[in-house]
Amino acid sequence: MSDFEPKIVAFVCNWCTYAGADLTGTSRIKYSPNVKIIRFPCTGRIDFMLLLKAFANGADGIIVSGCHPNDCHYTSGNFHAKRRWIMFRELMEFMGIDTNRITFSWVSAAEGAKWAEVVNTTSARIKELGPYVSYKELVNRSIEEEV
Amino acid sequence: MARIGVFICHCGENISATVDCAKVAETIGKLRHVVLSTEYKYMCSDPGQTLIKDAIKEYNLTGVVVSACSPRMHEPTFRRACAEAGLNPYMCEMANLREHCSWVHEKNDITTEKAIDIVRTQVEKVKLNYALQPIKVPVTRRALVIGGGIAGIQAALDIANTGHRVVMVERSPSIGGHMSQLSETFPTLDCSQCILTPRMVEVAQHPNITLYTYAEVESVEGFIGNFKVKIRKKAKSLDEKICTGCGLCTTKCPQKKIPNEFEQGMGNRPAIYIPFPQAVPNKPVIDRENCTYYIKGKCKVCEIVCPTKAIRFDQPDEILDLDIGAIVIATGFDVKHADFFPEYGYGKYKDVIDGLQFERLASASGPTSGAILRPSDGQVPKNIVFVACAGSRDPAKGIEYCSKICCMYTAKHAMLYKHKVHEGKAYIFYMDIRAAGKNYEEFVRRAIEEDHVEYVRGRISTIYEKNGKLIVKGADTLLGGQPVEVEADMVVLATAGVANSGAEELAQKLHVSYDSHKFFAEAHPKLKPVETNTAGIFLAGACQNPKDIPDSVSQASGAAVKVAGLFSQDELTREPLVAQVNRMAPPLYSTCVGCFLCQPVCPYQAIEREEFKARDGKLIKAVAKINEGLCQGCGTCVALCRSKSIDLHGYSNQQVYAEVMALLNEY
Amino acid sequence: MKTGIYPGCSLNGSARDYNESVFALAEAFGLELEQVSDWNCCGATAAHNLNKDLSLALPARILALAEKNGMDEIIVPCAACYNRLTLTQTELRKDPELRNHVSGIIEMDYKGTSGIINVIEWIDKYITPNLEGRIVIPYAHKVACYYGCLLVRPHKVLNYDRPEDPQSMDLVMSKIGAEPIYYPFKTECCGAGLSISRTDIVSKLSGKIIEDAESRGAEAIIVACPMCHSNLDMRRNDINKYWGKEFKIPVIFITQAIGHAIGLTDKKIGLKRHFVDVKIS
Repeated sequence: MSDFEPKIVAFVCNWCTYAGADLTGTSRIKYSPNVKIIRFPCTGRIDFMLLLKAFANGADGIIVSGCHPNDCHYTSGNFHAKRRWIMFRELMEFMGIDTNRITFSWVSAAEGAKWAEVVNTTSARIKELGPYVSYKELVNRSIEEEV
Repeated sequence: MARIGVFICHCGENISATVDCAKVAETIGKLRHVVLSTEYKYMCSDPGQTLIKDAIKEYNLTGVVVSACSPRMHEPTFRRACAEAGLNPYMCEMANLREHCSWVHEKNDITTEKAIDIVRTQVEKVKLNYALQPIKVPVTRRALVIGGGIAGIQAALDIANTGHRVVMVERSPSIGGHMSQLSETFPTLDCSQCILTPRMVEVAQHPNITLYTYAEVESVEGFIGNFKVKIRKKAKSLDEKICTGCGLCTTKCPQKKIPNEFEQGMGNRPAIYIPFPQAVPNKPVIDRENCTYYIKGKCKVCEIVCPTKAIRFDQPDEILDLDIGAIVIATGFDVKHADFFPEYGYGKYKDVIDGLQFERLASASGPTSGAILRPSDGQVPKNIVFVACAGSRDPAKGIEYCSKICCMYTAKHAMLYKHKVHEGKAYIFYMDIRAAGKNYEEFVRRAIEEDHVEYVRGRISTIYEKNGKLIVKGADTLLGGQPVEVEADMVVLATAGVANSGAEELAQKLHVSYDSHKFFAEAHPKLKPVETNTAGIFLAGACQNPKDIPDSVSQASGAAVKVAGLFSQDELTREPLVAQVNRMAPPLYSTCVGCFLCQPVCPYQAIEREEFKARDGKLIKAVAKINEGLCQGCGTCVALCRSKSIDLHGYSNQQVYAEVMALLNEY
Repeated sequence: MKTGIYPGCSLNGSARDYNESVFALAEAFGLELEQVSDWNCCGATAAHNLNKDLSLALPARILALAEKNGMDEIIVPCAACYNRLTLTQTELRKDPELRNHVSGIIEMDYKGTSGIINVIEWIDKYITPNLEGRIVIPYAHKVACYYGCLLVRPHKVLNYDRPEDPQSMDLVMSKIGAEPIYYPFKTECCGAGLSISRTDIVSKLSGKIIEDAESRGAEAIIVACPMCHSNLDMRRNDINKYWGKEFKIPVIFITQAIGHAIGLTDKKIGLKRHFVDVKIS
């Protein structure tokens, strides 16, 4: 599995983590290229169904990241995201989804280096876990069965 | 049919050095609906923007993806360019090839592949974009200032002097606030009343200011530029138009034993009273809770003696409805009183007083006409102890913060005492002397060096009375923690500054956030210290945290400029990236089921209830509706909505799902 | 609900009067009190200054034994023991790793299920609600309730009463007819830990408390800590010598005061064991 390049999708908020990732770039800190970012106004906007959609479409890992607690541009969106994550994680575990493939973190606009670290550690972990085929297969099979 | 143009920027070599831009352009050019995919050295330059504008017209583009730097950098630039070429600016998206790709990865095929993925994602998103129009909101050019202390006065005058109307609401019978109670002010020792009263009069006489004293904010609705405010004018029980303020009633009132709030309880006042001689307005009110007539049903002495027959016992409270464009909160602070401190006797000892009480003792217009006398027996105290940080910086008391003003006013108090009682001895027990401010440190040095105030670094553990003396026990931490005991005649506690009573209730009425100590919260601790999280509501003075007079005045002027800036526009333009609850034809009206779970999660109270009624007035359906004026576009409601009835412009469900699919699947 | 009792060293030694009065009250009100079996020293005064593991392991063993005995709560009459046990429980509850470590030392499983109450909480819970009709000799005297240091501090951990000017004993005493006075030395230091090594300091500090209480008209000092009692009572001769005065004010355990009020004999509640004579009229 050494040449396995995982596909990782990062759902980030515009005000903290997206800006933090911009700072990683401005600071020319190199990180693993297999993470691709999707921008949201706030982590509060992130519908966790999107996570399932990403897995179903072949994502091997996911990062959700926003402002630190109390730093949310919208006051409380990140708290809602956090609570949603706590609930959703349990549900996913119940469903048999491997929640080790999801990183939930806070990266502020000033933490360029932390973003690189989050990406690299997640990427390394997902590489170790290998491709996430079971969920995709499950989804495909259920679609076939329906058909 | 969508016609998308993709413009790939080299950013000099910043992108092209690691990303093969030609290959990106070629691959993207093969995508469905992409009619143009081109590259250029500097897209943000004039020729680059012209390239985009010309292409929009030539290819009749319906969407544009500029693949360059971060949208946080140049999104406004390229959206403006699109608008100039006649394309709705919200039909333009940016793919971040620089900060998120070329700068963070090595030059190789994988990096180029990632660049292609990023651009493709935005192409798929922009296909689902739709035209949006900026939201325009009208502005009512009238400000409301809540609180008539020095901060409120300054804010009101500054706004009024820009030519805009101001309504000032003060809950007590006179404006002036805590500053009117002060004796002299640091670091100049000029008399507080002398510098304040002219301002108070100016407020009363200013043609642009309407002053409501003895009044409170009842409710606030609406949003920036368009607040609907209800104000309760409490009944003063007299006709202000007829009353001449002669004060005869206040001298004849038989009920004279009510603790005087202005004197901090160190004097008495009648039931019909003017709070202090320089009050504005200088007309009395009847304190109904303590008036004999309201308690027992008879008396009416004031009515009998009034030369102009101005007394109105049956006057009701009056509710005013006002349209307001901006609000300045200037409700000030309070101090903890001596009864907060069990170790200092819970206020049992008459000669243990707080700083505000000392101000009244030292004030020429105070209960002792400025003589420093013990409240218990009227004797001049020979030994006086000032305790700094009484409550402040004490997590065990629940007050972790520094009250900021006490170091300075304690130095002032000790000085005033020494100026009046030359042979007396003044001690100050302190933790640190925080005298950061213009001429502040010099002022403290004067207290130590010229007035020989004894500063002892250490905290007071307990105060108790023994044989008519107050025993003050503490430690001198500069002498290795030696226990210190002072037999004092009087003790002044520099008690912590705390939020004013009613601050929490007001914050909830205004939908403004506040901290755990009930101080109003600013929108950003450094860069938005005057704004609140609610657009159009600003802060001035000690309602935010304890502040001295110069700081309060500066912030008040800052708040006034924010209000004036808001009022300089005919209407407000806002980004249309707001949430929307869908609407459809009857009988469904909307897929919204009216659970209103979105209401509590909205940080801006932007979610309203819309009711659809039959002709006979019967309710058919109630659904959620977003107030575009209040919504800031965070999207928390969108993710929460169980029936997926809410969507966010610019980040719609369709768009974000398209992004995820595009990122993971090859087309 | 099974209530146990942890006596600690002093209730079997210098404070036998305290022990007797606690059991006398329990008997009078029909309350079961079972002693924690095979109990050991709580480690007060020395252990927590010398060895952290030891300072946690000693109380942890007592608590583990109480659990093993099936006790839902244990009453700890000695304020020092109460303090040590509660501190240990708090520390082990918030740090599972430390709890495992300590469990390893004591070779017993410690879960933290038994509650810990001091004597006043025990009185408030089981005795004052049943006082009605039981008082035969109302305690009609002015009293100074002396709390000492360990009963109410540190507030963050014990979360019992208020650390400045506490009230719980005053309230109990007023229920049996006493008039608690306000005086500023409720939580002043009595010299406690120096009781053996520096009796001169004890004389000075305890003397201050006695002098103030007497000068404010108190007829007795009420305590709920064996250490406070021995310093104020047993050391009275030294105190009087140090101060050059003849302080006569008796020092009474709160349990003795209640016992007397409900008509128990002086012998039963250990009043005869005091160094300073107690005559309650």
